[in-house]
Amino acid sequence: MSTDVMHSHAGGHDHAHDHDAGGNTVFGFWLYLMTDCVLFASVFATYAVLVNHTAGGPSGKDIFELPYVLGETFLLLISSCTYGFSMIAAHRGAKSQALGWLAATFLLGAGFIGMEINEFHHLIAEGFGPDRSAFLSSFFTLVGMHGLHVTAGLVWMLVLMAQIKTRGLTPQNNTRLMCLSLFWHFLDIVWICVFTIVYLMGVVA
Amino acid sequence: MSHAHTEAGAGHGNYKSYAIGFVLSVILTVIPFGMVMSGDFSRQVALITMLVMGVVQVVVHLVCFLHMNTSSEGRWNLLAFLFTVLIIIMLVGLAIWIMVNADMLMMPWMFQ
Repeated sequence: MSTDVMHSHAGGHDHAHDHDAGGNTVFGFWLYLMTDCVLFASVFATYAVLVNHTAGGPSGKDIFELPYVLGETFLLLISSCTYGFSMIAAHRGAKSQALGWLAATFLLGAGFIGMEINEFHHLIAEGFGPDRSAFLSSFFTLVGMHGLHVTAGLVWMLVLMAQIKTRGLTPQNNTRLMCLSLFWHFLDIVWICVFTIVYLMGVVA
Repeated sequence: MSHAHTEAGAGHGNYKSYAIGFVLSVILTVIPFGMVMSGDFSRQVALITMLVMGVVQVVVHLVCFLHMNTSSEGRWNLLAFLFTVLIIIMLVGLAIWIMVNADMLMMPWMFQ
């Protein structure tokens, strides 16, 4: 189905046709995001079931550093806004501005991933890796899965920046920009659930 | 310059919607973090506040960043989203219900 849409994009110069094809692509991507929501919900449920099974190891209260998590949260929140500015610039047809905001979003996202890898590295170095307890297994699965999604978004962003740079803000590239926008904002929403359910509830409980 | 108008997917925002979304998100993030880090509040109050603010912030993101609305163009997005919410509530709720019950029956010492 998506290749059909791409073909009709490449072949047709009819604007009304592009309009529908782009809209269908974005709606299809939205449906994919909904299935991704269910995937994340399953891992959240796993975490909720296993959170108290610490096997004599550390609980969330012992290992979570909230100021550090607050820093990660702000990197992701600001990157959501810079992506929005990129969309506004692209909507106006301002190619270099759109690319600039995308680059800013990429750096913020990379900063987030860097902080997360650093956090994981510290935990594993202290002996609190995913093999320590069921709680830590589910913690690494949940937070790691979000991190992998963000990494995939970063790779996608690099490719899209190269495409916009060489081909400009074509209808196809605008559709792709819209899909990545949904993906990026969706990951920020998942992160709200992560910091509330994993970090804040872990420290309070 | 031709644009891909993607009303069927989601609308375009403007600076105002992102500014409102950002300010609200900062407030809804800093308050629960502050409550937990200060440690001045009871467990019950902190838990309820963080859950309510988490849900509100998700809605703020959906409206201000993802531009979800009830317009005819966005209706299918909204419908798919609401169906997903229903599935998630059943999936998470029933999983926790069943597994916590199993834990209580098989490892009662964990709940004393």
